[in-house]
Amino acid sequence: MSALGRGGQFLGDVGRSLRETDTWVSLTAVQMRRIGVQSLPIALFIAVFAGIVLALLSSYSFTGAVPLYFVGTFVGKAMMLELAPVLVGLALAGRVGANIAAELGTMRVTEQVDALETLAFNPNAYLVVPRALAATAMFPVVVALATGLGIVAGWFTAINLLDLSSPDFVKGLRLFYQFKDVWFGLLKAMSFGFVIAMIGCYKGLNTRGGAEGVGRETTAAVVMGAEMILVLDAFWAVVLL
Amino acid sequence: MIVFNDVYKRFGAKEVLNGFSLEVRDGETMVIIGHSGSGKSVALKHVVGLLNPDAGDVQVDGAVVHDLDRDGLTALRSGIGFVFQFAALFDSMTVRENLELGLKRQRLDPRVIEERVHESLALVDLEGAEDKLPAELSGGMRKRVGLARAIALRPQYLLYDEPTTGLDPVTSAVINQLMVRTREKLGVTGIVVTHDMTSAYAVGDRIAMLYRGQVRQVGTVDQIRRTHDPIVRQFIEGRPEAATDLQTAPPGVER
Ligand SMILES: Nc1ncnc2c1ncn2[C@@H]1O[C@H](COP(=O)(O)OP(=O)(O)O)[C@@H](O)[C@H]1O
Ligand SMILES: [Mg+2]
Repeated sequence: MSALGRGGQFLGDVGRSLRETDTWVSLTAVQMRRIGVQSLPIALFIAVFAGIVLALLSSYSFTGAVPLYFVGTFVGKAMMLELAPVLVGLALAGRVGANIAAELGTMRVTEQVDALETLAFNPNAYLVVPRALAATAMFPVVVALATGLGIVAGWFTAINLLDLSSPDFVKGLRLFYQFKDVWFGLLKAMSFGFVIAMIGCYKGLNTRGGAEGVGRETTAAVVMGAEMILVLDAFWAVVLL
Repeated sequence: MIVFNDVYKRFGAKEVLNGFSLEVRDGETMVIIGHSGSGKSVALKHVVGLLNPDAGDVQVDGAVVHDLDRDGLTALRSGIGFVFQFAALFDSMTVRENLELGLKRQRLDPRVIEERVHESLALVDLEGAEDKLPAELSGGMRKRVGLARAIALRPQYLLYDEPTTGLDPVTSAVINQLMVRTREKLGVTGIVVTHDMTSAYAVGDRIAMLYRGQVRQVGTVDQIRRTHDPIVRQFIEGRPEAATDLQTAPPGVER
């Protein structure tokens, strides 16, 4: 309960520091680039394999009872709605969340955060806001690219390994398509990005006790980030589907 | 003037400051000595509001630090330079960027910033190191950059946390010299936290010993050198029984 209170207080402090635009605006672009560069390789890697598996999995499940072009439907829906945001989110909880927690944790234990404060900066405006905004903005971009590549991988698998033609795959893909499929996945990605960055920052800034402390908080940030993604995933499904 | 008024600070069950009172007069350099872990850094961090007291207060020029709002704190901090124990340089930035950061924050003219960076590095004998990264510097050089970063803001007060700890005797002497030089050139009021007595004697006007969360004794360098207080004597002479006696000495011994 007190953990929830402290989390809420942190959220409020960070929200208030949004006013200090002259501090965070220029730093956000740098963080966006960093998060993009860090995330893309792993996200695309995951997408390719998820796409392959989805195509094979669906054709196996249909066993001829369902027309094969539904493979396109299945791959598209599953990638957009669930697999791209969640798999990529979980991977980035490790990649981005750990990176933020370790960086800020090291800055905390080496007194660089204190130094920032004595130079009259607000660490929330200087460190947290750029990372939270950058992750919120970049996760949907990364997930969108992963979704696209995942579908392409599924299509490629379908025409090469399954007895499906390109037009049929596309027909299936468009069959029950709604615009909501797209924005639902991207909204989830935004919320994952925000939460992963905020947890990383919170754990990092509250690090105590040298290198050991940095390791401990970094691990904690990854675990908590992954848990929160699964919780949020269920939350959005309940609220929006 | 910096005044500690009966400051109490604890972390969990650990009482660090227990009615710590001390006055630092304008223009002087006050050295705070004490064993490792006695709370010297904690005391220093109260001056710039990095920590807030549980009871009592710290006043800088009459203003109670923990009562200041964000803007007040920002104003206070721009008048105080803090030199951290391990320099706390931003390791993703070059020396120049480390110095510029605080200056840009004060929205100074780019030409003034350039000049300040140059002057401050000159003052610590590090001209030419502008484009180096902290990882490329030795411990002593990093401390000098930390000092340069603090004085670049032309503060009225300079706080040093263990400026010579972990340095070889020659480098320590260089740092002591720089601290004296800084004070002569900039006329700052200083607080130096240290357990290095050579340094304390070299840079201090007055010395205060922090012991069990309170000031055990405060006096001029000569007074401290000639003190009859057994605890202070043991500490400044570096006799090993100090560590054991400190556990058995009755609490609240008269200063
Ligand atoms: N932020 C903090 N949280 C918890 N304990 C702290 C914190 N800062 C300092 N302490 C504890 O306070 C005591 C005094 O520390 P410090 O002021 O760093 O000693 P020193 O006199 O060596 O500078 C130590 O036991 C330290 O563990
Ligand atoms: Mg200390």
